[in-house]
Amino acid sequence: MMASSYNAKEEDGHHSGAANHGGAGAVKSKKPDNTAFKQQRLPAWQPILTAGTVLPAFFVIGLIFIPIGIGLYVSSNNIKEFEIDYTGVDISNPCYVCAKNFSWNSTTPCHCSVNFTLTQPFESNVFMYYGLSNFYQNHRRYVKSRDDSQLNGDHSALAYPSKECEPYRTSEGLPIAPCGAIANSLFNDTLELYYIDLNGTRNEIPLVKKGIAWWTDKHVKFRNPGGNNNLTVAFRGTSKPVNWRKPVYELDSTDLENNGFINEDFIVWMRTAALPTFRKLYRIIQKKSSTTPTLPSGQYILDINYNYPVLSFDGRKRMILSTISWMGGKNPFLGIAYITVGSICFFLGVVLLIIHHKYDTRNNSADIPN
Amino acid sequence: IRVDSRTIYVGHRSSSTNEAFIPPKFCDNRIVSSKYTVWNFLPKNLFEQFRRIANFYFLIIFLVQVIVDTPTSPVTSGLPLFFVITVTAIKQGYEDWLRHKADNEVNKYPVTVLEDGRRIRKESEKIKVGDVVEVEEDKTFPCDLILLQSSRGDDTCFVTTASLDGESNHKTHYTVPDTEKDLESLNATIECEQPQPDLYKFVGRMHIYKTNQEPAVRSLGPENLLLKGATLKNTQKICGVAVYTGMETKMALNYQGKSQKRSAVEKSINAFLLVYLCILVSKALVCTTLKYVWQGKPGQDEPWYNEKTQREKDTNLYLKMFTDFLSFMVLFNFIIPVSMYVTVEMQKFLGSFFITWDKDFFDPEIKEGALVNTSDLNEELGQVEYVFTDKTGTLTQNNMEFIECCIDGFQYKYQDESSELDGLCVPDGPVSKLQQKAGREREELFLRALCLCHTVQVKESSEQGQAHEQRGFIASSPDEVALVKGTVVERSSMYELLHVLNFDPVRRRMSVIVRSKSGETLLFCKGADSSIFPRVKQEEVERIRMHVERNATEGYRTLCVAYKYLSEEEYAQADAGLREARLALQDREQKLMSVYNQVETGMSLIGATAVEDRLQEEAAETMEALQGAGMNVWVLTGDKMETAKSTCYACRLFQRSTELLELTVRTLEDGGRRREERLHELLLDYHKKAVQDAPPVKAGVTRRWSSANQDYGFIIDGATLSMVLNSSSESNASRYKNLFLQICQNCTAVLCCRMAPLQKAQIVKMVKNSKGCPITLSIGDGANDVSMILEAHVGIGIKGKEGRQAVRNSDYAIPKLKHLKKLLLAHGHLYYVRIAHLVQYFFYKNLCFILPQFLYQFFCGYSQQPLYDAAYLTMYNICFTSMPILAYSLLEQHICIEVLLDNATLYRDIAKNAMLRWGLFLYWTLLGVFHGLLFFFGVRFLFSNPALQDNGQVFGNWSYGTIVFTVLVFTVTLKLALDTRHWTWINHFVIWGSLAFYVFFSFFWGGIIWPFLKQQRLYFVFANMLSSVSAWLVIILLILVSLLPEILLVVFRKPRGPNARQIAPVTPLSYKHLKEDD
Repeated sequence: MMASSYNAKEEDGHHSGAANHGGAGAVKSKKPDNTAFKQQRLPAWQPILTAGTVLPAFFVIGLIFIPIGIGLYVSSNNIKEFEIDYTGVDISNPCYVCAKNFSWNSTTPCHCSVNFTLTQPFESNVFMYYGLSNFYQNHRRYVKSRDDSQLNGDHSALAYPSKECEPYRTSEGLPIAPCGAIANSLFNDTLELYYIDLNGTRNEIPLVKKGIAWWTDKHVKFRNPGGNNNLTVAFRGTSKPVNWRKPVYELDSTDLENNGFINEDFIVWMRTAALPTFRKLYRIIQKKSSTTPTLPSGQYILDINYNYPVLSFDGRKRMILSTISWMGGKNPFLGIAYITVGSICFFLGVVLLIIHHKYDTRNNSADIPN
Repeated sequence: IRVDSRTIYVGHRSSSTNEAFIPPKFCDNRIVSSKYTVWNFLPKNLFEQFRRIANFYFLIIFLVQVIVDTPTSPVTSGLPLFFVITVTAIKQGYEDWLRHKADNEVNKYPVTVLEDGRRIRKESEKIKVGDVVEVEEDKTFPCDLILLQSSRGDDTCFVTTASLDGESNHKTHYTVPDTEKDLESLNATIECEQPQPDLYKFVGRMHIYKTNQEPAVRSLGPENLLLKGATLKNTQKICGVAVYTGMETKMALNYQGKSQKRSAVEKSINAFLLVYLCILVSKALVCTTLKYVWQGKPGQDEPWYNEKTQREKDTNLYLKMFTDFLSFMVLFNFIIPVSMYVTVEMQKFLGSFFITWDKDFFDPEIKEGALVNTSDLNEELGQVEYVFTDKTGTLTQNNMEFIECCIDGFQYKYQDESSELDGLCVPDGPVSKLQQKAGREREELFLRALCLCHTVQVKESSEQGQAHEQRGFIASSPDEVALVKGTVVERSSMYELLHVLNFDPVRRRMSVIVRSKSGETLLFCKGADSSIFPRVKQEEVERIRMHVERNATEGYRTLCVAYKYLSEEEYAQADAGLREARLALQDREQKLMSVYNQVETGMSLIGATAVEDRLQEEAAETMEALQGAGMNVWVLTGDKMETAKSTCYACRLFQRSTELLELTVRTLEDGGRRREERLHELLLDYHKKAVQDAPPVKAGVTRRWSSANQDYGFIIDGATLSMVLNSSSESNASRYKNLFLQICQNCTAVLCCRMAPLQKAQIVKMVKNSKGCPITLSIGDGANDVSMILEAHVGIGIKGKEGRQAVRNSDYAIPKLKHLKKLLLAHGHLYYVRIAHLVQYFFYKNLCFILPQFLYQFFCGYSQQPLYDAAYLTMYNICFTSMPILAYSLLEQHICIEVLLDNATLYRDIAKNAMLRWGLFLYWTLLGVFHGLLFFFGVRFLFSNPALQDNGQVFGNWSYGTIVFTVLVFTVTLKLALDTRHWTWINHFVIWGSLAFYVFFSFFWGGIIWPFLKQQRLYFVFANMLSSVSAWLVIILLILVSLLPEILLVVFRKPRGPNARQIAPVTPLSYKHLKEDD
């Protein structure tokens, strides 16, 4: 209900000709055209916002937002999320030793296992994330330190990486593939999850590594040079990033289609996070049957190949297990915000109604003596 | 060494053969109005463009981006700058090309030069000083010429100077007396002053050498000089010698751009810019400081995953700090937008078309509409506080009609209107006896005086058959036409015209000296009463004064006529004096003046005439509307007080209830004391009355409508004004000025009569520079108004009868006074609202654009990481948000035009730059801050869990920026949509079109792997964002929350505002209004 008046102003361009037809041609050209545009008389819609018109809008917003907010809040609350910090800062932490004794030169990975208990079963697909804190993936020097044409399979960029990749551009005279700081700092902890059933046996939970990266990234943005066959040849003449243990074409020994630049773990890492505390999708635990929960409640062991040092910059590492709803991961913010805004709108609607009502009656009574 | 005069050898013939003839060097006859040549265009134009402070600033930013490693590529600021510079350069280049073309047309124009008896065709640019040039009828003069020979028998030629000063009447010019008919054998030199721009001044001397005779000397004046640019009329051909050529001609010297007037809005923009510059610098400082504080913590500056390059490690710490500071400046520099300048320019340029297009300004009589000479001042039309108007031709029509005359105290009235058919009347027709008849000879003398004492020319009509009806009069003053029309045209051949003592506004009279057939020498003088009365015998004055004063109060223009017999000696003395004065090279004016004054004494008064000058159409309504709009109207006129006063009453500037405060020579002389003392006393007295006793003015409340208050009108005349302004002692002068101003500010209308042109400008200047710097507007139609038109903030010319000088020097020209109402109340009001909103909106939208980027620095280690992609940074101001505001600033009518015209008080709402005050600026700034905070932190909380898709995948930093940017574009556009009160299809198209374009562009930009880009940052980011429900929800939420306070404010403000009641009920009526108009 907008109190608007459609002010259809008449376009009377044809009048001028008729009224003036006695005049000479020169006269006509000097006389301004009588068109609606030139006379600033285009038909116009002139909305006027008043309490009366906005009032219903407030109620409508309130009535729509509050249910959405409740829906969001409930579905966020229904999401099961479990988070465990395995950085190993405390001496009590199983990974303390690994964290303390970290050295870049060690060839054998450091193992540690963390036990944890899920009090509630995770019913639907479970998504496994690794989380890093105080890790500035959004630092400018870091963000730009990549070569997207190299990652897109461009041969010349493979041989001559972009200058932006400095100081991770060449190593021992050979161009680095993939070059740059982002690639160089690829998260290389491996996480494995075991369920301790009631008998005390460790059951490895199958972790799917497909579908963790954006489809378009995996299939268009990231390309291996010369297709996916024989990556060893394709990457000949390049060097592995300094901090890597394996070259890029050997990232996944189990799935040959997941090697080189199209390795999904690598693609996920290359999408730089927005904030210094972030999580990235690591694995997906598919729901097997409709009867049993994906992760039943009980004892679990998280086996970690501890390769990634974070203590030097006071960072933290976490493993997160989470289910997902239609709105994504657990985040009560949206639900609360919607409920708040909806309530405020509704409340304002009521206030406005009262004001409007009072104002109107006063206005009317004032008008009568006139 | 600069010589005061130049010597010209006519036809390059040296005066004496024995002297070595060295032709003096003068410039050639080429006119160069163009600024550039092909070679210097680029450097010169670029230099001039970068002299503008804004362009220079953006150039610096661009250079910083090129030199220093900055977060955004140089393209982001280089591209818009390049665009602006290119467009301006093309525009200026085109204008200069046009000038070149025009120059060439003039310079290559073929002319005929007489050389050694032969007629040679030459290009105009090859004329040299001293050449004898032949010009035919209807051709323009190629340079400034001294007229030597005319094909007309009487040694005159006719000229129109329409292209020089706009006066289309024919002016008579004379050949140098006594020059030989045979130009070939003419041996003469001309000595004249160095070129000077005054079109109406010229002094020179011509020495004519004849064999075996003493050289004859003839004086040269402006009547001998034919100006370049003027056109020969009514004369078959003339010959003249070139005295000034090329850039030294008077036309070229007059060709100069008017001084730039700057509007109040522009000053506000500059002030706001300064604030934003401070914000920018402080943001950059804060970030730089925090960056180094943060880096001081161990492990943060260079973690193992993000090592610096060798070069970065090597750079000096302080240099690094400095480049960091510059980088932050570059990152945040979008807060001061290049595009605002472009948009403001475009708005002004395009907006001014609506004035020219307005058919309400079209006058069927002169078949012309309004003219816009500068588009920089559109919004100033909405800010006018003082209106200075000329009376004659502006308030009145300057269309003279003979009303009556009195001879020797007897009144004669013009009655027979039908006899006016052909503008000629039989002697007894118009002048019928009313009372008693004066003596026959007195009557005849009076009529004869009127007939002789004028400069009226009977126009020669080329077709004989029509001559009878089409006989018109051309004269230098419209008064004279009326008078001559009203009286007999006798054969002036009976008299020999000896001298014309020209009219000028200082003397306010003119005389002729004639010799009748009988040999008597007579002087007839005609002029304003104040200038005639002191010069005639006092006993004659009284009986005529009564009539003159009565006529004046009725609003007629009066002229008094006097005559005097000159004895032989007297004439001889006068003749000698006049000739000598005319020959003088220096101070000719003063010398002439003193001779004039000497001659015009002791005359006897014959009578007076009254000519009516009708009020302009709707003059009263217009004045009332202007006063209703809160403007102070001052009438500045050269006319006498009574006439001007009656005009003021007729225009309703003075009401019957208005108490008039007079400060004129008469009131000063009343007390019988010294004028100075009396002035002092009166000023204090009036001040007490009008200022101190007046109740304090309530801000914003219309003073004029409260009937309880006494209205005051103030009248001052030129003589008193100069006493006020140029008081003998310094301290008094400033004190009087203050008192005077304060009194005037408290009066509803001020009338300044008996003003010289320069005094008009003085008054405007005084008010302009008074406390509060009020915006002034001058409106006038004649050459005497030019000074005040140029002086005022806004100068309006009326396309009246007194030539076109006012129009040429004005900022806007309108055909009639009544158009001023619409120009100010409708156009001015709308332009002001539009541009004020444009400016505020621009600052707002760039603040909430850059604030999230600033806040992001706190989360990315102060590393200058941009939040938005480079494409978004560049396109935001150019494409996504520029068109809606441009459309708004061209089409918005927050109140419709008819309502604005009907309610003049609405003009007060925007007075004193109301929409660009600091309060409102603060409001817009806070709004921008609020929106910026909301956008950033809303998305920040959403990203506390970046898993936003239903397949568990996460979003990165570019998704973050894109969400913020999407919210930003939508909010900023919808905010404008909320402010738009007048939705034409263009607004709809542009607003929804911009949003659609943004979405389309984002898909397109993210849909392709761009071959030449280093980074594919946004690849499918936008599409992925839209696939996330959470992103949708947060976008909707944030847009709504940002606009909610706006909507609330609008709702709460509207019904309580003072205008709501007036506007709301009238708006639906506007349709009816329109119908009635047609």
